[in-house]
Amino acid sequence: MVNDPFLPHPAEIAEVRRETPGVYTYRLRFRDEALRRGYRFLPGQFNMVYVFGVGEVAISIVSDPDDPELLDHTIRIVGNVTGALERLKEGDTIGLRGPYGSAWPLKEAEGKEVIVVTGGLGCAPVVSVINYIAQRRERYGKLKILHGVKTPKDLLYRERFRAWERHPNTEVYLTVDHPDKAWKYNVGVVTNLFDQVEIDPRHSIVMMCGPEIMMRATARSLLSRGVAADRIYVSLERNMKCAIAFCGHCQIGPTFVCREGPVYRYDRIQPWFEMREI
Amino acid sequence: METSEPIPNRKEILEAGHLQRCFDSLKQSGYRLVGPTLQDGAIVYDELTSINDLPIGWTDAQEGATYRLKKRDDAAFFGYAVGPHSWKKYFLPSTRRLWRAERTDGGFQIIPEKEEIPKLALIGVRACELHAIAIQDKVFLEGAYVDPYYKAQRENVFIVALNCSVAGGTCFCVSMKSGPKATFGFDLALTEVLEKDRHYFVVEAGSERGEALLREIPHEKAREEEAAAADRVISRTAQQMGRSMKTDDVKELLYNNLEHPRWDDVAARCLACGNCTLVCPTCFCTTVEDVTDLTGNQTERWRKLDSCFTMDFSYIHGAGSVRSTHKGRYRQWMTHKLATWWDQFGTSGCVGCGRCITWCPVAIDITEEVRAIRGEKG
Repeated sequence: MVNDPFLPHPAEIAEVRRETPGVYTYRLRFRDEALRRGYRFLPGQFNMVYVFGVGEVAISIVSDPDDPELLDHTIRIVGNVTGALERLKEGDTIGLRGPYGSAWPLKEAEGKEVIVVTGGLGCAPVVSVINYIAQRRERYGKLKILHGVKTPKDLLYRERFRAWERHPNTEVYLTVDHPDKAWKYNVGVVTNLFDQVEIDPRHSIVMMCGPEIMMRATARSLLSRGVAADRIYVSLERNMKCAIAFCGHCQIGPTFVCREGPVYRYDRIQPWFEMREI
Repeated sequence: METSEPIPNRKEILEAGHLQRCFDSLKQSGYRLVGPTLQDGAIVYDELTSINDLPIGWTDAQEGATYRLKKRDDAAFFGYAVGPHSWKKYFLPSTRRLWRAERTDGGFQIIPEKEEIPKLALIGVRACELHAIAIQDKVFLEGAYVDPYYKAQRENVFIVALNCSVAGGTCFCVSMKSGPKATFGFDLALTEVLEKDRHYFVVEAGSERGEALLREIPHEKAREEEAAAADRVISRTAQQMGRSMKTDDVKELLYNNLEHPRWDDVAARCLACGNCTLVCPTCFCTTVEDVTDLTGNQTERWRKLDSCFTMDFSYIHGAGSVRSTHKGRYRQWMTHKLATWWDQFGTSGCVGCGRCITWCPVAIDITEEVRAIRGEKG
């Protein structure tokens, strides 16, 4: 059938980069040239990544939207599909369909201070934001990156954080729950960082991604510091089978995460997000 | 859709003895007839070869967790309410292959499905079911993406609607403004009238195709008293509703009561069996399953009906199930039907067919739950 939205399109694994144990960045390229040339995405959106015979999984795109012919996806090996993906190598074929979902508010953020708050692997979907801003530095105010992980070895993109720290107009704050001896940054949950990060609520916009419990706590903390709910954006995760609002799995309240999300303006999702079992 | 043309007000008479001619004519036009049959102690939708396959002289008695067939004392063709099946089984089959793929030298090749989409004539579609079909249309046809299989099957049906002459004990279509009279979405709509010595249908055409079919079978213009008799059948049915639900504010009611203690009460009774979602004519949740042959070179992707009552439905790696309790899952289902559906699709997700009440093994009743949350006595 024509225009069948269920069909994955073959893509080549152009490069695999190991980030940390069990976390890889796959650089993918559609095999079909017309598709490759016509493909456009926005930071925050995701693709459905298919491994032959195993299944599909939703993974956000972390590369630059100005170079949409090469698509980076950072993946943690946690299940069947990602496990099978780990066994593939450069030159192998996977399937891709997308891009799906909503994007980070990069237009609204222009001229404002951008505060990026992430936890664990949640930093993957916002790497695209950081890189996007880093390459268009003149359009944005100060960039403040707050990142929390459980232990130092869970820290992804260690070199990237170091590099970002040296960028103009950029501050990086790292924290771990359980430090080791070599750890020289902060200790504690990510919300503790707000004691040392200056926030100007009127000129800031916040983008965050990570475990829901961390995002709830962070949102509460930001709201109490006077940041309006419509200046806060969260990227959510849900079980997805279709990515096109047909299968029902990813619902949260009146929304489908694959359609209205994964990036939500906080005031639009807050009542649902704050409840259990929604 | 062709079947959504405005309906002319003309009413015709088709004698019951001529219904077979209607079937024959549809068959000659290449349609496979599907409609109510007696099977396994219930009225279920399946292939019809002639009018003799219809549940002639049978009716159903329905209550919470109860469904029984009963003999009628007449020979009504459609003298029952609704059975466990809904027409979604033809548009959204419980299992369907989405595509196949085979390994090649350089990777793999996806092979799209080339299905023969049958021309189906749906016989005896109730008003609530027309609403349910229209609701599923919004999901699969009217969003940013179109389900090609659903679309193809949807465009390949002829719909013979039936205005209800019997309301079931669990019916509440009047509350949901979805029945008992068919007002759109059909090619022909019939009202069955049984008088002492006469059995006939008052027929309205809802499309060009319906008009054309009517021209091929014996019929005559309805006299005023015949049209009035049909109207009486429908208004009597409307008064017989076994259930009711106050709906004007139900969305706000549920949104304001997401932590109402009643959810714990219903969770204590709910078995999370998913029956309500399977019999519901609008529930559309599905999952996918990949199946590979023993060589590992051929694989298939299947889509299967799923239910928000299963634990796995909202499973996230590292976080477990988002809705791990029966409370969370029942609340998800009911608030989706009556409230969030409005935000998603601009319509109710419930049409008042009553199937979820009849087929719930522990007789959980969505109308009763709404009343309880409203603070009214059942």
